[in-house]
Amino acid sequence: MAKEQLMPYEQAIERFEVVIGLEVHVELNTASKMFCGCANNFGSEPNTNVCPTCLGLPGSLPAVNRKAIESSIAIGLALDCQIAESGRFSRKNYFYPDLAKNFQTSQYDEPIAYEGKISVELETGERFEVPIERAHMEEDAGKLTHVGGATGRIQGAEYSLVDYNRAGVPLVEIVTKPIYGAEDKAPELAATYVRVIRDIVKAMDVSDAKMERGNVRCDANVSLREKGAEKLGTRTETKNVNSLRSVENAVRYEIQRQAHILAAGGSIIQETRHWHEDRGHTSAGRPKSDADDYRYFPEPDLVPVQPSLEWIEEIRKTLPENPALRRKRLQEAWGFADLEFRDVFNSDLLDEVEQTVAAGASPQSARKWWTGELARLANAQGVSITELAITPGQVAEIQKLIDAGELTDRIARDVVAGVLAGEGEPSQVIESRGLRVVTDEGALIAAIDKALASQPDVLEKIRDGKLQAAGAVIGAVMQEMRGQADAARVRELILERAK
Amino acid sequence: MSEITPDLVRHLASLARILVTDEEVDQLAGELAVIVDSVAMVNQAVSGDVVATSHPIPMVNVYREDVILPSLTQEQALSGAPESADGRFKVNAILDED
Ligand SMILES: [Zn+2]
Repeated sequence: MAKEQLMPYEQAIERFEVVIGLEVHVELNTASKMFCGCANNFGSEPNTNVCPTCLGLPGSLPAVNRKAIESSIAIGLALDCQIAESGRFSRKNYFYPDLAKNFQTSQYDEPIAYEGKISVELETGERFEVPIERAHMEEDAGKLTHVGGATGRIQGAEYSLVDYNRAGVPLVEIVTKPIYGAEDKAPELAATYVRVIRDIVKAMDVSDAKMERGNVRCDANVSLREKGAEKLGTRTETKNVNSLRSVENAVRYEIQRQAHILAAGGSIIQETRHWHEDRGHTSAGRPKSDADDYRYFPEPDLVPVQPSLEWIEEIRKTLPENPALRRKRLQEAWGFADLEFRDVFNSDLLDEVEQTVAAGASPQSARKWWTGELARLANAQGVSITELAITPGQVAEIQKLIDAGELTDRIARDVVAGVLAGEGEPSQVIESRGLRVVTDEGALIAAIDKALASQPDVLEKIRDGKLQAAGAVIGAVMQEMRGQADAARVRELILERAK
Repeated sequence: MSEITPDLVRHLASLARILVTDEEVDQLAGELAVIVDSVAMVNQAVSGDVVATSHPIPMVNVYREDVILPSLTQEQALSGAPESADGRFKVNAILDED
């Protein structure tokens, strides 16, 4: 396929007003599915968490999961929404093998939550209030694997394989109203908004919130209009944007693509587009169906949801601290400069640092571990930092040993390596690897004497003020002590000797 | 009289994944019009103060607790499938969505 032409981003922003709208799907982490008792579990053998209901077999009947309703109401409340006095489920009819019953049970005209807002703060500190249109409940679809196509995609596939384990997993779809005025920040705002939603549902523990597993997914609507124009432009909906970076890149791409078409006098086709992170572009999907084509009608097998005010207030009490307020509180408590704090926040390490501090490490040392050595190791191993096999408690334990002078920074890194390699708790690693700072000054002095014997001019140089000459001796001593000496102390001893 | 055009019939047929011939389109357009008109007569029978009903029994808030119940085995799940492979249902590749 020929690569589409793009207008340079700055030029596109100069000429057009960008309007975005975002639909975020959040998979709830209930034990069982939305309408049946099958396990809501990621990674099971295919088609083992299925039953007549989620396979859409004749005669089966759905039954609503109370916890899913509770989580949905909680999400609505966290987004400052009104909770519906009465909400009902509808059938969204379409034929595609990802749902075996030929319709998706969703909410259409009576969503559980509506008319909310959420504050989103960009990295620059600029704040946007994103208006929320609605949050409604629906079920997830099964997973299709296309076989035979060159790239594993649908194009050229010979057949598809369907796993219905995910069919019927509860979802909450959060839909924004059109977001105006973000201008050149629109891509960043889109990504930050998705991140805020992800952080909220994670803090609430209503979702596992792992984007790489599809727990949080985003469809991004983008339209442009000439500056000053009243009428909204035709929008496209980009699907398959499942990382924060993808959201930002996909919105930016769509702005540039649409700007080029409009500037050349063309018109935008209302369609679904697919984002390809690997190739950094979107491609046309099917023309967007009208809502009418889904022939929504009330689900006759389910009765309306009418949460009592008491229940809603009970749920409201369980809401965790608002993530934005929490950030403010943590930054003050830790005394971090803006840059330091942003570094932690942008690396998604607030929880880790908080837990490490709670386990007894100083905030600065906790920050350095997580954003430094541990981030480096995770990167080298190609895993996300939270997947590293080390706990905040273990990090704090190691730091306490450094503070007590029992480990140097360098030895501590070996201890970390041992913990990551599965050699046990830090104390066990220290024991089995024989890692401990040599505090026996006699041994240090003996090593210094040995090093000086082969470099006799060093003391003379130090006396002449060339203190850096000590470096070679320190290196030799550290080697002799297999790295397990406190380099600062060795330096002191050498300088004393030169006096 | 409802406007059931041949194009509308074709559109409905494609949504329902039904192949129809031109003759069938003409025939169905006439038949559907009669059905829609007949159903529309219900509107004349009710007065404005009757609320639309989607359930005959006034029942709300019927829930089950969030408890895992036994599922089918993979063999049972796939036993009715015309074709399967790798523990999954095998279907024609449909060039429609990704
Ligand atoms: Zn089931």
